[in-house]
Amino acid sequence: MSDLKVARKGMVKNSNSIWRQPLAIFGIAIVGMWIILAVFAPWIAPYDPYSQEFDKFVPPSAAHWMGTDELNRDVLSRVIYGARISLPYALLLVILSALIGSTIGAISGYFGGKVDSVIMRITDIFFAFPGIILAMAVAAALGPEIRNAVIAVTIVAWPVYARLVRSLILNAKQNDYVTASSLLGSSSLRTLLVDLRPNISGPVFVLAALEVGTALLLLSGLSFLGLGAQPPSAEWGAMVSMGAVNFDRWWVGLFPGLAILTAVLAFNFIGDTLRDALDPRTAKALRD
Amino acid sequence: MTLLKVTDLTVTLATSSGSAQAVRNLSFEIGSGEILGIAGESGSGKTMTALSILGLLPYKGKAEGSIYFDGREILTSSKKEYRNIRGKEIAMIFQDPMTSLHPMLTIQTQLTEHLRHHRKVSKDSARQSALELLSIVKIPDPAAALSAHPNQFSGGMRQRIAIAMALACEPKLLIADEPTTALDVTVQAGILKLLHQLRSERNLSIMVITHDLGVLSSLTDRIMIMYAGSEAESGKTSDLLLHPRHPYTEGLISALPGFAKEGKVLTSIRGVPPELGNFPSGCAFHKRCSYAQASCSSEIPTAIQISDSHRIYCPINPLTENSVR
Amino acid sequence: MNEILTLKDVVIDYTRKGEKVRAVAGVDLTLRSGEILGLVGESGCGKSTLGKAMVGILKPTTGEITFDGEKVKKLTRGQRPKHFRNLQMIFQDPYGSLNPRRKIGVQVIDGLLVGGMKKSLALDEAGELLGKVGLPEDSVDRFPHQFSGGQRQRIAIARALAASATVLIADEPISALDTSSQAQVANLLVNLVQEFEMGMVFISHDLSIVRRISDRVAVMYLGKIVEIGTTDQIWENPSHPYTQALISAIPHADGTSFMPSDLPGDVPNPMNPPSGCRFHPRCPLVLPECSTNEPEFITLSDSRKVSCFLQKDGKPPVSITL
Repeated sequence: MSDLKVARKGMVKNSNSIWRQPLAIFGIAIVGMWIILAVFAPWIAPYDPYSQEFDKFVPPSAAHWMGTDELNRDVLSRVIYGARISLPYALLLVILSALIGSTIGAISGYFGGKVDSVIMRITDIFFAFPGIILAMAVAAALGPEIRNAVIAVTIVAWPVYARLVRSLILNAKQNDYVTASSLLGSSSLRTLLVDLRPNISGPVFVLAALEVGTALLLLSGLSFLGLGAQPPSAEWGAMVSMGAVNFDRWWVGLFPGLAILTAVLAFNFIGDTLRDALDPRTAKALRD
Repeated sequence: MTLLKVTDLTVTLATSSGSAQAVRNLSFEIGSGEILGIAGESGSGKTMTALSILGLLPYKGKAEGSIYFDGREILTSSKKEYRNIRGKEIAMIFQDPMTSLHPMLTIQTQLTEHLRHHRKVSKDSARQSALELLSIVKIPDPAAALSAHPNQFSGGMRQRIAIAMALACEPKLLIADEPTTALDVTVQAGILKLLHQLRSERNLSIMVITHDLGVLSSLTDRIMIMYAGSEAESGKTSDLLLHPRHPYTEGLISALPGFAKEGKVLTSIRGVPPELGNFPSGCAFHKRCSYAQASCSSEIPTAIQISDSHRIYCPINPLTENSVR
Repeated sequence: MNEILTLKDVVIDYTRKGEKVRAVAGVDLTLRSGEILGLVGESGCGKSTLGKAMVGILKPTTGEITFDGEKVKKLTRGQRPKHFRNLQMIFQDPYGSLNPRRKIGVQVIDGLLVGGMKKSLALDEAGELLGKVGLPEDSVDRFPHQFSGGQRQRIAIARALAASATVLIADEPISALDTSSQAQVANLLVNLVQEFEMGMVFISHDLSIVRRISDRVAVMYLGKIVEIGTTDQIWENPSHPYTQALISAIPHADGTSFMPSDLPGDVPNPMNPPSGCRFHPRCPLVLPECSTNEPEFITLSDSRKVSCFLQKDGKPPVSITL
């Protein structure tokens, strides 16, 4: 029975690409939209995001689609420009933490023994702290600045890659092809780089896609608390912070909040679809 | 007396590339106390045949035709009716005994639960029956076995326990899907002996599904060879294995390692069995058949009776009485 | 035909849940170039463990394994010494023995690349070797998932050839394949062994195929070899009760009502082997001394070796009837 490509409930059939899956399309569309907005902000935003020439707390209207905030600035323009801060920093953060975490995880998994124990205990310590608390502590210690917020979140984020890569390597190590490599004369290092790396990059990539959302949230969270992007920066988290203070002026906080929400959701959808595509069983069902 | 009569069974499955027929117009019978072997390579449809008898086809699978069991049509049974048939009148064991056994429950729990589900019996009575079942399948020290878990037994013992469970409600038909394929050869011999005994002592009919001609030769009264969802040849075991009349059967026998007397070279039927949904036209075997003629790719083979009990499905009937052996 | 692989008094222990398990309890074996030695036995006999030790994946607890004059060392983090790269293994699972994410061309020539050959040169070799095992040369650029189980085993064999293997330890190489592929891969192995004068240890539970392709057969039971002889000797006149039991258990596909004989009882737990001869609790011909002493591995007059009190050193084999 195992060689039958039998129908599976829930999968969109007869799609010849993973990218035809509805969630993925939605995710890509949203991310694409934010990227375009970020790149072309100067041309798309109606006003200068830092200009304070308007009236205070204007509700959404024809002139200001998202209203104005407590410092007389156009919210829509600030939301658009916010993409220029949040997205690149979130992506940078993910790349850094993925690289650092993967390397540590690879060393831990491949060499095992004492090295593995020590590294695992360290990652356990990191896991013991709720992400935002640890990030707050580091950011506060380094000083409130967006760059330090990125460092703080990287420190929080790397362990999850380490754990993933370690378990992938522990698994892959047991495969006969790794033994075969050794029998042919390959050293550990060569096996790691040549044989194991291609099997790791896929899942790490998927994890990274899923983690962009978390990174974005943590970064915005720190800015919300005053530990990340500083005024007058048009960063979404910081904007939500002012929106929380001015709760009756609902538009000040809602729109940047929606921006975070859509971006995070979009990355999660992409990540989910990638993960399904990489799982051999669902991938086959998708491909056929 | 005929216990099971399958007529024109066609099983259609939903695959990702559309629907495909796994079994095509299959007809066969099993009498009471008879052991029928169904043989074929992967993709022949033998497992789907078994599953359709029990109403266990996969999602969106459909069976058409007639399955007449113990005097009534069961193909059209409802889910509820099938639940009463399964385990009680028709039981099944699989290649992996852990398909039937729960790894976390004791043997006693599993056997008695099964018994009490189908019959209203007391706990003590069920335990007694469980003990008897275990000794019928020759588990040493049945009392101790009852409080053990499946992982404490070897593969062969687990299969015996699975058989015990299958026999619990005294079914009339036992379907065994590759029951010994995963077992060592001496353990296999024990299971074959047990199945033989069960047939003689209880008049149990058995449908054995396997590709192993040795197992078929030892165990079965009759054999049906399947290829690409249809029957290729069927007949008494001795007739079929000593005087095969279908080119496929001949090929299978010649491919046995023990067949040729000299040299180290093993022969096999050229090519590979076709995949579901991709069966060749006409006689599905024609592409691999050394006797094939032009008509074989367009003519759908019909039955040719070699004798009362022996028939083949072949458009040209190229083999004679004395070929192969 | 020289002796290219020798095992002397090999014992392999491992620990499971804190307890010591003796998987191999003292094995003497030799393999000559150009010969196929079948290693058979049922589950738990230790043949796979022995195979892994032969190639260096496991280290024997005591005893010595010698390959072409040198003592086989266990695989380490560093590069396996050049000399031992001629000792290769074919694995059972065709889906695990190739890296799914690398093209098969580079996998086949890994041995050459490690040895310093330039990639372009090595890839030419890959094409040739793949042709030798019956695959099209353009397979070089394809990935494992594009091939069937039987084809993948051929690729694994090509990989061993690239390493100029002189000894192949084949651990159930065809068990996971369908019947037609089994025949094809078995034939390929036989041809290559002949062509390159390799020695091959063919570990399998399929006695019929072992009988067909092996020159000599070693029968294992619970960590020990009970009998070694030529294939004909083993099959036509077994000198150990277990060997006879094994052969009588093989079904005959001849349409007669031959019922294979079963062997009552279960294989004992290797953590707690029986005293004396390990087979004695299940042996139909058991003698009183079998439960107290272990029979020595003796050589009979027809050169085969067996460990059973029914046989006498240097004498012709006594017929075993169960």
